[in-house]
Formats: sequence, structure tokens, C-alpha cells
Amino acid sequence: MFDFLDLERYDLFGAFWMTVQLTVFSAIGSLVWGTALVAMRVSPVPVMRAFGTAYVNIIRNIPLTVIIIACAQGLYFTLRVDMGSDDQSTAYFRLAVLGLSAYTATFVCEALRSGINTVPMGQAEAARAMGLSFVQVLWLIVLPQAFRSSVAPLTNVLIALTKNTTVAAAISVAEAALLMKEMIENEAQTLVIGLLFASGFVLLTLPTGLVLGWVAKRVAVKR
Amino acid sequence: MSDDVSLAKEPRDAPPAAEELVVLADVNKHFGALHVLQDINLTIHRGEVVVVIGPSGSGKSTLCRTINRLETIDSGTIAIDGRALPAEGRELARLRADVGMVFQSFNLFAHKTVLQNVTLGQVKVRRRGRADAEERARALLDRVGVANQADKYPAQLSGGQQQRVAIARALAMDPKVMLFDEPTSALDPEMINEVLEVMQQLAREGMTMVVVTHEMGFARSAADRVVFMADGRIVEQAEPHQFFDNPRSDRAKDFLSKILHH
Ligand SMILES: Nc1ncnc2c1ncn2[C@@H]1O[C@H](COP(=O)(O)OP(=O)(O)O)[C@@H](O)[C@H]1O
Ligand SMILES: [Mg+2]
Repeated sequence: MFDFLDLERYDLFGAFWMTVQLTVFSAIGSLVWGTALVAMRVSPVPVMRAFGTAYVNIIRNIPLTVIIIACAQGLYFTLRVDMGSDDQSTAYFRLAVLGLSAYTATFVCEALRSGINTVPMGQAEAARAMGLSFVQVLWLIVLPQAFRSSVAPLTNVLIALTKNTTVAAAISVAEAALLMKEMIENEAQTLVIGLLFASGFVLLTLPTGLVLGWVAKRVAVKR
Repeated sequence: MSDDVSLAKEPRDAPPAAEELVVLADVNKHFGALHVLQDINLTIHRGEVVVVIGPSGSGKSTLCRTINRLETIDSGTIAIDGRALPAEGRELARLRADVGMVFQSFNLFAHKTVLQNVTLGQVKVRRRGRADAEERARALLDRVGVANQADKYPAQLSGGQQQRVAIARALAMDPKVMLFDEPTSALDPEMINEVLEVMQQLAREGMTMVVVTHEMGFARSAADRVVFMADGRIVEQAEPHQFFDNPRSDRAKDFLSKILHH
């Protein structure tokens, strides 16, 4: 049944490894950028608040495929942004990470914002009363508590991100979905190939969910 | 009627040349249509213990919170140790560090241990070394009687213990004045005294204190002056024995008859 699975011809592990890389780099990127966005959204500076709100509301409503293709077509071909690489496939990988991060950051931002809402007002007040600056209050008191109560929603964002990396196939990044397309074109066992790749993704996301579910309980702030 | 009671500018037994530490002049504040602070004039001298009492909703918490600008004011001035309260930024943060605040709901940082709660401000605001800060924190925790809880998280402590940690946290900043907003109101009755004792001790050691409280026993024994507020105004201020035994305004008489006969 698995005789179509010629690992010499189809680099299955390489493709999933690419998926993992896309996920990890985009997760880091979106966590950093999403944190910056939520800081803007709660900041006392009106311009920053307006930017944060506009960014989130616009970017999360654009289909991811459009964002990824815009990164490749718009940034790479039109503006010649090659992300520091003259090798096109490396540049495309980095652009895919950029697009995925820019998009996923809006969901990270919203998850963190709901986390911030679980932190009682008194926490920030006590911190301000002590003479901490806005950034210190956010970084030392509010965000650490918000992160701890956002682990569950952030896990959902991470799982969605893992699956969303398949969109990078649209710009020929050699991740799992691109290989699947190629195999389906060449082989007869379409259903088995579909199951194979579906299992691959479940294998990636299931442990992530379990581990982070355990982490969520461990780090929860007791009040 | 409540306006024409003449206000003693200073308590009678205050030392003659007592330094003015906190000065509120013609302070007004609104919450929308509600005029929550009306023409507040209040001077607190160094080393003085002022107890603020009054019915719920009279603006006591708001008064406290304007002193370190957790609430902004609409008009008037507030000066601490001769310097006007800055509007925002670094200057304001510096001034806030000089004003310790103890809240009704403790507000200990929930994700930090007791020791970390007491060292955080010292390290981040006062720029002390960690070792110094911890040494000072442990000394203060010992002083408020919770030294053996240093490594626990706030949620693992009783309310009375949490509030004593909160006092230690404020003291760690070496504040010039301490504000207490109903520090015992959220406590079970058996824990009230352990907190009041710490406050009594502080008062005896000469800390300048503004205390919003319904604990009349504390007011009588620890206060240099009682400030009575109603409907956003300071209606009357006097030495405790004079205020409690011989209140001048009808509002104060009414208030005292209600709380003392309970
Ligand atoms: N943030 C706020 N927004 C609107 N109204 C407020 C706010 N804080 C307090 N108030 C109102 O201001 C009045 C005085 O409140 P407060 O200073 O808390 O009184 P007290 O501490 O004497 O009970 C009350 O009527 C209260 O409802
Ligand atoms: Mg109050």
C-alpha cells in the first residue's frame, strides 16, 4: 500500500522539517510583534493605540494567501526586498515567515489583550503607585500575568499557525503541502497520501496542545 | 450649612514649626457630572498622622488617590515636600516613589513571591543592588511579622498577612508619606488588629501617614488629627478627642451617632 512512498524521490521528512521551521520562526516573530502590538493597544499614546487597532483590524481580515503572495510579488519582485539572501528559495522562505508573522501577530495580540483583561486593575495601580514607568508596569507586572493566563488561547493560535504554514506552498516554499500536491499529481493513491499528510500534521499539533495544556495549568496565576 | 464651619489650619498640639509635607490647595475633581472633590484645602505636616473619615462615597479614596496622581485633578494644586505634583512621565514616577500606598485589596503582585514583591520597587525604581534590596526586604518582613512567608506567593497568605506584606512593600521605597485607603476593610475581624498594630508602630516611629479608615479606635489612639469628609468636602477637622467627644458640624454628629451606636 505504501509502495508509492519512495523516500528517495519524495523528501517527506525534509518537507515536514520545513513546516516545523516555518512554524517555529513564525511563532517567534508573531509573539514578538504581537506583544508589541498589544503594548501599543493599551498604551496611553493615542497615535500608537490607533495604529495598533487599525493594524489588527485590517491584517487579520485579509486572507493569508493574499498576504503571502503580496510578500512574494510585492516585496520580492516589485520592491526587491530579498530578506538578505540572493538565493530565491531562501528569500521566499524568509518572506513566508514574514507574512505568517505579520498575520499571526494579530491573533497573538488579541489573545494577549484578553489575557490583560484578566489582570485586576489593582495590579497596575500598585505598580504605578510605586513609581514604575508605563513600560515597566506593562513588562514587569501586567504582561507576565497576561501571558500566563493566555497560554490556552495562544496554543490555539500556534496550532492554527502550524496548519497555516501550508499557505507558503503558494509561493513554492518546499513544505509539506507542496510535496503533497506533487505526490498527488504523480501517484494514484490520492486518499492514502491525504491521510499520510493529515497524520503528519496531527503528529505535530497534538503533542503541542498536550504539552502547552499542561504548561497552562502550571503557570496559571493564583489569586 | 456644612460649609461655614471654620477649619483649624493646624492641630493645636502640632509642634510650632512643623514642616509642610503634603499641601492640597483648592483641589477640585469631577467624575462626569459628579463633583467628587470640592475646594479641598488640606495640609499634612511631616510626622503627622491624619485620619480621614466620612460616609461611603464622600470622596475619601479619591482624595487619597489624587495625592499620588492615580487620579488627576481638574483644578487646584498638590505639592509634596515643596514640589508641585508633575503631570506625567519620569518626574511623576519619581514623586510617586516617595509616596507609599496601601490599598484596601492589598494588590500584591500575584505572580511574584512575597520577597520579590518587596524587592521589586527597590531594584527597579530606587536602583538598589539585589543583595541590599533583599536584606532590606527581609528586615521589613521581619518587622511586620511575616519573615517566615518570604518565599510564598500572595495567594498562599491570609488577608492580614498580605496587607502587612503590602505595608512592607511600600516602606521598602523609603517613602516620605504613607497613604492607607481603608487598609482593614477587606479583612476578617480577627486579622484587623495585626494590621492596625503595624500601623500604630509606624505612627509611633514618626511616619507621616494619611489613613482612610472606619477604625475609630485607631483614629483615637494614633491620629494627630481627624479630617471628616462628606459629599466631596472637608466638613470638619480636629484633634481626635475633640472630634469624637465634641463634633461641631451636624454632618459629623449624625455620622458619629450612626457608627458609634452600631
Ligand atoms: N472611577 C470613577 N468613575 C466614576 N465615579 C467614581 C469613580 N471612582 C469613584 N467614583 C464616585 O465618586 C464618589 C466618591 O468615591 P470614593 O472616593 O471612592 O468615596 P469613598 O472612598 O469616600 O467611599 C462616589 O460616588 C463614587 O461612586
Ligand atoms: Mg473608599
